[in-house]
Amino acid sequence: MKKHLSMLAGGVAAAAFAAGAAQAESVKIGYMATFSGPPGVLGEHNRDGFQLGIEHLGGTLGDLDVEIIEADDQLKPDVGKQIIDRYLQSDRVDFVVGIIFSNVMMAVYEDVVGSETFLISTNAGPSPIAGESCSEYFFSTSWQNDQLHGAAGLQAVNDGVESAFLIAPNYQAGRDAMAGFKREFEGHGTIAGEILTQINQPDYSAEIAQIAAAGADAVFIFLPGGMGVNFVKQYASSGIDLPLYSGSTVDGTTLPAIGEEMMGGYSSPNFWAPDMDTPVNQRFMADFEERFGYIPSVYAAQGYDAAALIDSAIRAVDGDLSNKEGMRDAMRQADFESIRGDFQFGNNHFPVQDWYAGEVVSDDQGRATIALGDMVAEDFQDAYHQDCAMQW
Amino acid sequence: MRLDLRTITVIVVLAGLALMPLLAWAVDEPYWLRFWSRVMILALAAVGVNLILGFGGMVSFGHAMYIAIGAYAVGALRFHGVEGGLPDLLLAVGAGALVALIIGAICLRTAGIYFIMITLAFAQMTYFFFISQEQYGGDDGMRIEGGTRLGPLDLSNDATLYYATFLLLCGALLVSWRLVNSRFGMVIRGARSNEQRMTALGFPTYRYRLTAYVISAVICAIAGALLANLTLYVSPAYTHWTRSGELLIMVILGGLGSLFGPVLGAIALLLLEDVIAHFTRHWQLFLGPILILVVIFAREGLFGLLTPRRQRSHTAGGSHG
Amino acid sequence: MSTTLLLIQTLNGLQFGVMLFLMAAGLTLVFGIMNLVNLAHGSLYMMGAYFAAAATAWTGNPLLGILFAIPATLLLGVVVEFITLRTLYQRDHLDQVLCTFGLILFFNELARVLWGSAAIPMAIPEALTGFVTIIPGLIYPKWRLAIILVGLLVALLLYLLISHTRLGMLIRAGASNRPMVGALGVNISLLFTLVFGLGAALAGLAGAMVAPLLSVEPGMGDPILILTFVVIVIGGIGSIRGAFIASLLVGLIDTVGRSFLPALLRELFQTQSANTIGAALASMLIYILMAAVLFFRPRGLFPPKGR
Repeated sequence: MKKHLSMLAGGVAAAAFAAGAAQAESVKIGYMATFSGPPGVLGEHNRDGFQLGIEHLGGTLGDLDVEIIEADDQLKPDVGKQIIDRYLQSDRVDFVVGIIFSNVMMAVYEDVVGSETFLISTNAGPSPIAGESCSEYFFSTSWQNDQLHGAAGLQAVNDGVESAFLIAPNYQAGRDAMAGFKREFEGHGTIAGEILTQINQPDYSAEIAQIAAAGADAVFIFLPGGMGVNFVKQYASSGIDLPLYSGSTVDGTTLPAIGEEMMGGYSSPNFWAPDMDTPVNQRFMADFEERFGYIPSVYAAQGYDAAALIDSAIRAVDGDLSNKEGMRDAMRQADFESIRGDFQFGNNHFPVQDWYAGEVVSDDQGRATIALGDMVAEDFQDAYHQDCAMQW
Repeated sequence: MRLDLRTITVIVVLAGLALMPLLAWAVDEPYWLRFWSRVMILALAAVGVNLILGFGGMVSFGHAMYIAIGAYAVGALRFHGVEGGLPDLLLAVGAGALVALIIGAICLRTAGIYFIMITLAFAQMTYFFFISQEQYGGDDGMRIEGGTRLGPLDLSNDATLYYATFLLLCGALLVSWRLVNSRFGMVIRGARSNEQRMTALGFPTYRYRLTAYVISAVICAIAGALLANLTLYVSPAYTHWTRSGELLIMVILGGLGSLFGPVLGAIALLLLEDVIAHFTRHWQLFLGPILILVVIFAREGLFGLLTPRRQRSHTAGGSHG
Repeated sequence: MSTTLLLIQTLNGLQFGVMLFLMAAGLTLVFGIMNLVNLAHGSLYMMGAYFAAAATAWTGNPLLGILFAIPATLLLGVVVEFITLRTLYQRDHLDQVLCTFGLILFFNELARVLWGSAAIPMAIPEALTGFVTIIPGLIYPKWRLAIILVGLLVALLLYLLISHTRLGMLIRAGASNRPMVGALGVNISLLFTLVFGLGAALAGLAGAMVAPLLSVEPGMGDPILILTFVVIVIGGIGSIRGAFIASLLVGLIDTVGRSFLPALLRELFQTQSANTIGAALASMLIYILMAAVLFFRPRGLFPPKGR
């Protein structure tokens, strides 16, 4: 913030300050996420998780003081691009962290990794980055986009679903979601029908009527954020009683609104849930709600792990931020106490981790939350890692 | 030309923009170049919008569509392996002009609020059109591999792009100035205050307005091609209706119907957005009321504030109709 | 393509259209009579939904929540009119667009500050949960039926109000010749506040009625706002009758197009991209309709007379 105001005044002092800061005993992190508009809730959870992660490390990362420069990409790729320009050219950050949406990620990815700055994605994981465009400077603490939908497909297969009806918005992530589900599901069951809906569509009555007419025995939806809330509420009152499988739809950010409707049903599959039995997670759960006043979602968990990952990297090089090779080698080991328990990075730096079915249950205060169900995929790796030339 | 406050402002702002890169290099802040390139690109688009809005009274709620067309022209050529250069400009300008001619011909049959809404409708159609273009990345948009090259000039170079934008902005201002003060401009302005009279005088106002619409669209398409060079990225989000709204805000904030107003408006809006966003994550909570206050109290925008009070009612096209 | 599905989709389209009408009626009145372009109409709808959800959480009864939302939105509308819009009647549309755009930003962010970024819950009133069998094989959610009935009732009341009361006469007169109404000694400023309050209350009612079906979240009014504008422009600004017919037209075309167009294209072209193109085309349908209507009738289907 300081930096920025000085830009207005054309101040020289601040520039000198920034140049000096690069060598100082602190690590500079550009944290960018989507905070405005309806999807802003994802950014908020993610950032709160990241912040708690740093607080749990004593307010430092690898014993260095932390300076975070936070920005809102507004879900506009060109705005995200402008922020990244500032991070790289003006703030000269050591790490870029965050990024919720794939389209923003695709707009800024080459710039960040091309400048040999580490990019820690705490959510977005579009397929090119997992495949041919993979980079040594990129790490993900979340998942590759398709994995979630693949896990949902496996879940449906495990449940013996024979025909499924698919709904997703008509954009790249939506089409990818359908492809991801089908990749695991087809061969075991048939697709009774698929609909691509309008983005941010409020009313799903037409689609729900088609589900009823199609004669499927399960429904898969990928409708993130408000779209999913709309759909689930309308589905619940429609009289259709088919099991609902989903990706990025029934999660910690939407449960406050649709917990009633989904009680006893499936959440979107996950590698983490609030009741996960790891020591780190117990501490995380104990402090998070007290600190921020709501039940954390998986987005918060992903942010939390990013702090631990960066900490492990800086620790390995004794705070020498210019030793990028050392930091990269350290991160590849995933040698930190992850909130999700043990996991590994694949050759493309996406986690290879276990995926579980989730169930919507009520917690001790009667609020809807997610409990881990059966494991649907062990050490699940994304479908694109073979396209990534990186080996280590 | 008398040296009043407004002239001084124009000179200071343009000189400041011309010298900005030197300052940026001196203090080693290359980011300033990119930030101000973006400001000028949007200012260029706002100058285009101003041509029909400020002088012609045509409120287009869809001009972001032409920015997207310009940007997609560059993106599509690169996607199909065409080296950037003259083709970029030809396609951006050509596609922008052609689309504007067709859409303008339909839209200009209506007036007032109906015009606002029909331009919005076309922008929404363009939005959904680009979303359905899977080969260009659909909703995710696509990366553009390499910028526009014109001889020795490579627009993906920050400094080159900056000065190219600066010159185009000055050029657009000059063109607007010449247009507005020509016979053509008189007809457009006349049609705005009383179309029947102009028609009765024998001017084919429809054709004049259509021409103005196309010119303004072309300016936006050029801004779009520049934006593509700046971000090396293009997505359907460029056509979103709030983007068209932002262009209108720039024009109004700067001062309707003043030539230089849109430039001030673009600078003010982008700085405001940036500065407030650094104080609070709830920046819209403050930006909203600021806009309202500007509308209520600073009726002729920022540029109007620079005008001596007694002259205000006489400023060219500055009155609200 | 079964007849049942077509019937259900028609009902769905009707319900969507009726909801649009609740929004459009207020907007077209405000526009037609006060000559005010109110982009913040969608924000009033959003606030209606929030008021209903918040009051429901407080009282535990969704019906009370909805009943509370109507006067609350009315009051909010009157306050907004009094503070910001009153000075704008004499200005041109552009100033109004900018000012009410500012209001959108403000209200969206206000909702976020007051109720958080995440969607908040709202249940369907107990008695209206579940569904009814209209004819054998055709079941329909009770709540959606309730929305259709309430919407039609409001349309009827508005008709009576406008064509059979003194207030309605003034409103009609105001829509066709504003200066004359003022010259006849009518307290224009009070009339305007009343009309704006009425429009706000209708938007609030729409928001509250759909709150159990939709995600109550910041920015929920934005998509519906655009649709509402499409409706009143097709109908002819200032015309309640036009708004009613255009609402149903848009509701039906959007719903039916969405459900049958992709399937139709798939039959015709048999390709993978037919699905994508069909979906995109379905999204464009109402805008195409609007452009077509304006091409042939530049002032909408039912422009008020005398302007």
